[in-house]
Amino acid sequence: MRPDVDFFNLESQLSDEEKMMRDSVRQFVNERIKPIIADCYEEGRFPLDLIPEFAKLGLLGSNLPEKYGCAGINNVAYGLVTQELEAGDSGIRSFVSVQSSLCMYPIYAFGSEEQRMKYLPGMAKGEIIGCFGLTEPNSGSDPGSMKTRAKRVKDGWLLNGSKTWITNGTIADIAIVWAKVEDENDKIRGFIVPKGTPGFTAPELKHKLSLRASVTSELFFQDCLIPEENLLPGSGGLKSPLMCLTQARYGIAWGAIGAALDCYQTALEYAKNRVQFNRPLASFQLTQKKLVEMFTEISKAQLLCLRLGRMKDAGEIEPVHVSMAKMNNVNMALECARTARSILGGNGIMGEYGVMRHLCNLETVFTYEGTHEVHTLAIGRHLTGLSAFE
Amino acid sequence: MKIIVCLKQVPKNDSILRINEQGTWIQDRDLTYEINESDQYALEAALQLKEKHGGEVIALSLGPARVQTVIKEALARGADRGIHLEDATLDNLDAFGISTAIAAAAKAEGFDLLLTGLQSDDYGYAQTGVIAAELLGLPHATIVMDVQATDGGIRVKRELENGFFQWVSMPAPAVLTIQSGINTLRYATLKGIMAAKKKEIKKLDAAGLGLDTASLTPKMQFRRVYVPVKSKQTQFLEGSPAEVAAKLIEKLKNEARVF
Repeated sequence: MRPDVDFFNLESQLSDEEKMMRDSVRQFVNERIKPIIADCYEEGRFPLDLIPEFAKLGLLGSNLPEKYGCAGINNVAYGLVTQELEAGDSGIRSFVSVQSSLCMYPIYAFGSEEQRMKYLPGMAKGEIIGCFGLTEPNSGSDPGSMKTRAKRVKDGWLLNGSKTWITNGTIADIAIVWAKVEDENDKIRGFIVPKGTPGFTAPELKHKLSLRASVTSELFFQDCLIPEENLLPGSGGLKSPLMCLTQARYGIAWGAIGAALDCYQTALEYAKNRVQFNRPLASFQLTQKKLVEMFTEISKAQLLCLRLGRMKDAGEIEPVHVSMAKMNNVNMALECARTARSILGGNGIMGEYGVMRHLCNLETVFTYEGTHEVHTLAIGRHLTGLSAFE
Repeated sequence: MKIIVCLKQVPKNDSILRINEQGTWIQDRDLTYEINESDQYALEAALQLKEKHGGEVIALSLGPARVQTVIKEALARGADRGIHLEDATLDNLDAFGISTAIAAAAKAEGFDLLLTGLQSDDYGYAQTGVIAAELLGLPHATIVMDVQATDGGIRVKRELENGFFQWVSMPAPAVLTIQSGINTLRYATLKGIMAAKKKEIKKLDAAGLGLDTASLTPKMQFRRVYVPVKSKQTQFLEGSPAEVAAKLIEKLKNEARVF
């Protein structure tokens, strides 16, 4: 089992339950994910057969209430869970993040009680898989410019448009789709679109060189008739999907630590064992500098996340806090992955070490769920009161 | 079936092991802990028996406050309640003392089966279950690989040597020591961990169990714990082949005494 980087004894700040949850997921990742992930990545395959095991462990919608078949864990525990999953692979963590934060959360937050009871227990069991459709080919960082439209018709809503970069799209049973409602002044609202709805297709995006153990798709809607009861009644405005993204980004900020830890531990072991010029690499000053910098940045990211999680549990965070954590920690993890790759030399590019896989994954994580740049500008806006991107 | 599972908290096998200043054991402060390996299989065996035949699984652990994490983990995996035997006078007991305390707690609770792991990963005595059975006046079986319920008793598979096994029928109540690797351990689920918070952990102490702690003073003591000293030596013999051969014969005869 991977020993922790815990320079500031954060272990003492975690409850027994939080530690137990982290350790249980870590054990699962070590036993069930790590042995297969290099092959999954190489084959461009998400391990679908593990979904029932994710569900059994309680990973899907874990921080939602027990009433809906979920575990009802706190935000720190949820963060620790995503950290462990991403130590396995960003694609695995992405699956859980999307199911939990981007599909189950909006149904919980904006859905009717009837919708919650209809979907959430099945989603917690992994019997209903969800995806989240916000980004479009021409609307990335600027989701307000989306073209997807819903028009009121006699039996519900007529949906037209397309979405892209949709995690889980092709394997999903339902899509949470965000569209401008023509009859409501183009207000953005959320719809539950079931797989098999006439006019709805979800082809997979092939030839990705990153997040290869994750399904990424496009969604197309051509005159899709969406029943009235599939509108998320509490949704209204761009704020609704952004609230979902804040949940997911919170998990990503923790997840990045997991990827960074895996890279750091791999590099440390390698540096201690690899001998050149009759000395282990770890004895060279340049290597030590690299290791110390990784270790320091991971320690800082851990402090940031624990404080963020405690604030989130107390209901004290603003989205800008999550922006800083996502921006800092993913960038940190990406740097760690690059540094670890350089310590491993040629071996760093090989699948058996996982470092290059994390590195390629993190290039995506750097950009998705709010680009590094836009999170930077969100913090800039917070500091100056001036928006640099709107 | 009412099953009590004894769980020992032991240092994790990847802990940093440093010998204490007295040279009598390893330093506590460097350690992280886990449930003793074979005890985990005993717990899993108990949970599977409960799932098959109904009843109750009780996790029992002896030790300072930190062993509560072991009980909590058992509760998270599905044990119904816990018993924590905590008393400063019961720290640092030998196998006889530990067994006496456990037997007293188990007797007070009542049970159909008392399970322990085969042996602990730290001391490795493999005595706890056996002595407890003797003190309780109950039949026991060791190195158990499988447990099946029968009318009025149990049937257990024991591991013998050279790949042989033995099936033994015995009445209940009984005490079994469980071998590692006999089943697939379940993960503590997030829901299970949350549910464990609501489960009871009963605290017991020596006085409550009527234990005469003076009689439990260890009869065995660690005199010295040390890392094995490297004794391998290399000597280079120099000279002509004939001289070297003569020196070698001399050393084999007088130093190594091989002939």
